[in-house]
Amino acid sequence: MRIGVLVKQVPATENVKIDEKTGTMIREGVDAELNPLDLHAVEEAVRLKERLGGDAEITVISMGPPQAQKAVKAAIAMGCDGGLLLSDRRFAGSDTLATARTLAAGVKQAGHFDLLLSGERATDGETGQVGPAVGEILNLPVLTFVSAVESFSDGYLTVQRGVEGGHERVQAPLPAMISVVKEINVPRLCTLGGKLRAKKTVIPVLGADDLPLPQEHLGLAGSPTKVVKVSYPQITRSGKKISAVDNPDGAVEAILSLLGARGAV
Amino acid sequence: MNAEYRGVWTLSEVRDGRIHPVSYELLAWGRDLADSLEVPLSAVLLGHNIAEQAGDLIVQGADQVYVVDDLELAHFRPDIWTKTLTALVNRHRPEIFIASATSTGRTVMPVLYVDLETGLTADCTELSIDTKERLLLQTRPAIGGNVMADIKTPFCRPQMCTVRPRSKKPLAADPARTGKVFTESVAPESLSSVIKLLEFLPEKNVGAPLQDAEIIVAGGKGMKKAANFALLEELAGLLGGSVGASRMAVDLNWAPYSSQVGLSGKSVTPKIYIACGISGAVQHLAGMSASDTVIAINSDPEAPIFRVADLAIVGDVLEIVPALIGRLKS
Ligand SMILES: Cc1cc2nc3c(=O)[nH]c(=O)nc-3n(C[C@H](O)[C@H](O)[C@H](O)COP(=O)(O)OP(=O)(O)OC[C@H]3O[C@@H](n4cnc5c(N)ncnc54)[C@H](O)[C@@H]3O)c2cc1C
Ligand SMILES: Nc1ncnc2c1ncn2[C@@H]1O[C@H](COP(=O)(O)O)[C@@H](O)[C@H]1O
Repeated sequence: MRIGVLVKQVPATENVKIDEKTGTMIREGVDAELNPLDLHAVEEAVRLKERLGGDAEITVISMGPPQAQKAVKAAIAMGCDGGLLLSDRRFAGSDTLATARTLAAGVKQAGHFDLLLSGERATDGETGQVGPAVGEILNLPVLTFVSAVESFSDGYLTVQRGVEGGHERVQAPLPAMISVVKEINVPRLCTLGGKLRAKKTVIPVLGADDLPLPQEHLGLAGSPTKVVKVSYPQITRSGKKISAVDNPDGAVEAILSLLGARGAV
Repeated sequence: MNAEYRGVWTLSEVRDGRIHPVSYELLAWGRDLADSLEVPLSAVLLGHNIAEQAGDLIVQGADQVYVVDDLELAHFRPDIWTKTLTALVNRHRPEIFIASATSTGRTVMPVLYVDLETGLTADCTELSIDTKERLLLQTRPAIGGNVMADIKTPFCRPQMCTVRPRSKKPLAADPARTGKVFTESVAPESLSSVIKLLEFLPEKNVGAPLQDAEIIVAGGKGMKKAANFALLEELAGLLGGSVGASRMAVDLNWAPYSSQVGLSGKSVTPKIYIACGISGAVQHLAGMSASDTVIAINSDPEAPIFRVADLAIVGDVLEIVPALIGRLKS
């Protein structure tokens, strides 16, 4: 069995600046980490490998600047076997379609996978679109919001996926693509041994010339969506302020009268 | 080439054999866009034995409905949904296609846009038309709600996006509205899925889902400990509402994840939202600031939650809430 996990490196802080001209995030000089939601995809891959008695090989795949190698290594330290980084200046500014096309080409280059996993969404772009899009480009059945993998054998995968009002149990043939939610597991901490192994692992890097992708599918130019403006959230209301410190009864009265005016009591 | 694409489409959702109200919210979004562009608004309706409900979509604002009715479409499966929608889009060429950011919308749209080779903007909170360029202007929060990005899809069609459920109210039903219903067929291959739905396991927790509550009493870290959430339960019970929570309260296990309000939780638009000991981080505001009336209780006079409050009570929740409960009981 071969399992692939897509992981993204994201800024470790919310104080990210946006390049006003391109509408893309300025990642230089910002502390970065492995997308917290991707830890669950990595953990699930490692658990599946354990379930298979170790008879699986897990490859971590990421697209990003050279320092994204760190995120790949962090995943390897949790128990993955190897990694692949797709990195090229020409990938910069990719929207989710350009990212998914690049990742799909990289996955193909890395050979056949029985299962691909992604996180539910990245904490920076927060779209949740890349995982399913990669699955579709590779012509795989796509199962999203997976909260449990029930079985993974005999050419089939059975999972539970969260939907409004409950969970669905669904089955799909392998190979398949799944995106997992936070509830699926609790990610393990990496061991010292894992860290040492990650340190020694060489992560191959592929650039645009190594992938069979047309130029016009790459980076900012290959992105159908364009960020035209960024702004900071507008706050809309300015209501009445009452201090309950001096006048607790007055505060309770005010709440009651507003509830009354709105027909709630 | 883009001139060939005309009209605004919405993706309807069916649950338990009925058109779900998120479909009507989408029509409210779509109506504004279609009117600015002076084009028809069409709802797409996929399912089984649902054709007779198509009229409801017209009553709620659609000019046209495209129905595909097939046993295979009785339950959502991304592969056949995508193949069917690809066929319809290529046949009728809408310039805009919007879906709700529900589990269905957030699954099918990211697969569909790949096949249509266009852009997709997730989780929009505002949509408008740049009439000069005849482009859809899509506004969405990113990076934990710290920035709002305006996004356009200038060169590809359709312009696709998902919008947050509950961020707009459906239009008032108008039984006098008229429109056309088209029954569409697609190639049988488009309806053959490799995905099998084995079973549906309903959520165990009883009561109305948080998004449907008219009154929400929500608690944050300022509630101090898990046991104090019982006060919120009691207050919600007296008002006939439900209990919500900030992410902090959920992370501390004071409340279940299903009650988390905000960017990584639920978006809610109740009639009344009572925020108890919630600071009002942008991520939290993203999920509740569209509530009709907001009452906030916080000991910090500078708490950001007060900026979205109609009534701001500066004080100790653990004094105010019990006093309020006492008054409501007497
Ligand atoms: C990508 C991302 C997504 C996120 N998504 C969400 C989301 O979906 N929903 C969400 O809620 N958060 C979300 N967050 C987290 C969010 O930024 C905040 O951390 C969280 O909302 C803070 O919760 P809080 O207001 O309960 O706690 P705090 O910020 O600690 O605030 C507690 C408040 O209680 C007040 N207080 C204390 N004691 C009392 C008292 N006795 N009486 C009255 N008031 C008192 C304090 O003055 C303070 O204002 C997200 C973060 C990120 C990065
Ligand atoms: N640049 C990337 N490299 C590898 N995986 C990615 C990348 N971007 C997104 N992903 C994967 O797709 C998921 C959804 O990301 P997003 O669509 O950006 O919210 C993430 O949780 C990752 O698993």
